[in-house]
Amino acid sequence: MSKHDTPLLDELESGPWPSFVTDMKRQAEKKPEVWDILGQLELSFKDKITHWKHGGIVGVFGYGGGIVGRYSDVPDKFPGVEHFHTVRINQPASKYYSTENLRALMDLWEKYGSGMTNMHGSTGDMVLLGTRTENLEPLFWDLTHDLKQDLGGSGSNLRTPSCCLGKSRCEWACYDTQETCYHLTMHYQDEIHRPAFPYKFKFKFSGCPNDCVASIARSDIAVIGTWKDDIRIDQAAVKEYVAGNYPSNAGAHAGGDWGAFDIEKEVIGLCPTGCMSMNGDELVIDNAECTRCMHCLNVMPRALRPGKEQGASICVGAKAPILDGAQFATLIVPFMKVSADNEFEELIDFIEKVWDWWMEVGKNRERVGETMQRIGLPTFINVMELDPLPQHVKEPRSNPYVFWKEEEVGGWDRDIKEFRKRNAM
Amino acid sequence: MGYDPKNPMVGRITDLGPPKYDKFLPPVILNNKGKWLYHEILEPGVLVHVSETGDEVYTIRVGSARLISIEHIREMCDIADKHCDGYLRFTTRNNAEFMVDAKDKVAPLLEDLKSRGNKFPVGGTGACVTNPVHTQGWVHCHTPATDASGPVKAVMDDLFEYFGSMTLPAQVRIALACCLNMCGAVHASDIAILGVHRMPPMIDHERISGVCELPLAIAACPLGAVKPAKAEVNGEEIKTVKVNAERCMFCGNCYTMCPAMPLADPDGDGIAILVGGKVSNSRSAPKFSKMVIPFLPNTPPRWPETTEVIRKILVVYAKNANKYERLGEWAERIGWEKWFEMCEIPFTDKSIDDYRLAYDTWRTTTQFKYTSHIK
Repeated sequence: MSKHDTPLLDELESGPWPSFVTDMKRQAEKKPEVWDILGQLELSFKDKITHWKHGGIVGVFGYGGGIVGRYSDVPDKFPGVEHFHTVRINQPASKYYSTENLRALMDLWEKYGSGMTNMHGSTGDMVLLGTRTENLEPLFWDLTHDLKQDLGGSGSNLRTPSCCLGKSRCEWACYDTQETCYHLTMHYQDEIHRPAFPYKFKFKFSGCPNDCVASIARSDIAVIGTWKDDIRIDQAAVKEYVAGNYPSNAGAHAGGDWGAFDIEKEVIGLCPTGCMSMNGDELVIDNAECTRCMHCLNVMPRALRPGKEQGASICVGAKAPILDGAQFATLIVPFMKVSADNEFEELIDFIEKVWDWWMEVGKNRERVGETMQRIGLPTFINVMELDPLPQHVKEPRSNPYVFWKEEEVGGWDRDIKEFRKRNAM
Repeated sequence: MGYDPKNPMVGRITDLGPPKYDKFLPPVILNNKGKWLYHEILEPGVLVHVSETGDEVYTIRVGSARLISIEHIREMCDIADKHCDGYLRFTTRNNAEFMVDAKDKVAPLLEDLKSRGNKFPVGGTGACVTNPVHTQGWVHCHTPATDASGPVKAVMDDLFEYFGSMTLPAQVRIALACCLNMCGAVHASDIAILGVHRMPPMIDHERISGVCELPLAIAACPLGAVKPAKAEVNGEEIKTVKVNAERCMFCGNCYTMCPAMPLADPDGDGIAILVGGKVSNSRSAPKFSKMVIPFLPNTPPRWPETTEVIRKILVVYAKNANKYERLGEWAERIGWEKWFEMCEIPFTDKSIDDYRLAYDTWRTTTQFKYTSHIK
């Protein structure tokens, strides 16, 4: 593999943001096939179109996911990327690594792959970018035998679950997102590796309603930490914020010229439910009115903490726009205990109830949120054996088209002849 | 013993799952898990978390291009070995985080990072432009309408001052997805860069029989624009499909199902800009990004039309939004008509929804503002 001229890409070597072009050139010195990645990318920059062929089904024996096949449509020019399959490696929860592990993974990828990666893919996996078909089985052998690690998901599988950093380094996590993510990932290995669903299915675990893994926008089942009781207030710390001794929003606005902190304007005035007030120099929260949006906690992290009765809200059915438009996940279970003490029994029961229904009625390539749309939220709630709640909707319906069931009306059998005796035409 | 191609199932290990997370947690994290009291951003890119045990962990956040080499990752490992007892982590927005357990370890780490050129920019915290989430684009994807790493590099070079500072009204999350599949989930970002197609698929009649399940290709179209058809190939009649181009919304779903229906095109493809989405539940509910610019051309290597309009939107937002107000919250407060006027972005019929559920976005009140749009 020889070097190619890359005048367009070379222009991306300047500028203050890290340059992937400079990085690839550095890698190419050790792994010359990277010159061909650069060469083909340069051609795409010139032609303004991709030079990867459509699809390609490759994988390792026994798995229906984890490898994404990819072939160049100009392999004669760039033989180093003739095959350029992606290997998805299931990331450790919250993406913490030891350098020992990360170096071992890099050695593996130096041996079998292109030397380029994505840290990480949108779903959460570590993405190893570009290898040949004949390398897949040896790579998988070394990955499982030497590193004791495994592939992630792709296709109509349970996709690799992911989580925020949770209790490991955040004061707001209302359940252990890492343990939940790890437990369910291990519990559902078969569903991750062997496609059995109508389409992809994603779990994401966020510790609080700030939702740092975007679960409500991106996952079929979003588990978002919340609490039931009162926000814990440290009144002494409130006074420190009011006095300007603690930085508002944990210092997030330190670079702006926003003037002195004003608790009335910045906290009480921005509360979406108006449930906060000052009584002298004490902050008062009417917790029954609070919707736990996190704004006040975000602004005064040293004064306010989530309540002690913690769990999660379960939302179902988010997806990107293909086909009927993007959907956020819909609140289905307002509050659920999420605990390793009973091995996440409630959550697992819930997940499997969703799967049982979706696998029966879902169409090919239909996300569960689309199935819910097609069949209707009332039916979904009914199938999930839940009581309908006003929390399930933003507002009640405004059209009158209720799908009454016969038994709700006391039977539909009537006799037109009897009707006509009373009501002439 | 390694993999034996003659006996592929002998000694095979499967279903191991990921390594358990706790063996990768630095000691200060492991010891204080669940005990954290509060955090503070000490300077852009530098956080401290304080535990009820009195322990502290200092985190240095550095941006990355996401498309990174094993050499780059090994350099990250070198840094983590030197300063962080051999641990590091990555964020959902493609940053790396180096953690140390004492304040006096922060300055040497920052010095070290700074000494390595522009490879490890410190920032991405608080009221900043955070590291963009993005997809693969031309470096790996088979359905893109634009590149990913190239436009992101161009945009972040231009907005670099906002990554390493905290001067904005709130965090601004930029994301790029190189086609409507939106692997980059741009549908809930403050500023979304979205690759779009504008030409209907071509039909490769010579190849379609061999590579497509025709019923799947037909069913893939959400608008029923793909219909069964017949064509003549080498004097023989074959079953194929035809596309009603007038009904096509260029989603590309047919191409996903059928490689014989390519729709990418150098001039047909480009970038749409959507703004005002958010994921967090803070103050207001999560919001979708809204399309404000239907098309900008693909102009590699630096996409000047795209970078220019994003800077424009960002600067107007920075000047006019209130403290804490996300871009979408600001637009809703002032009204979208005012938003278009202030950002000097032409309003076109392409920003009026005519797909399913479109009516939800039409205005059904007499409340509006008199902006320059009303002649």
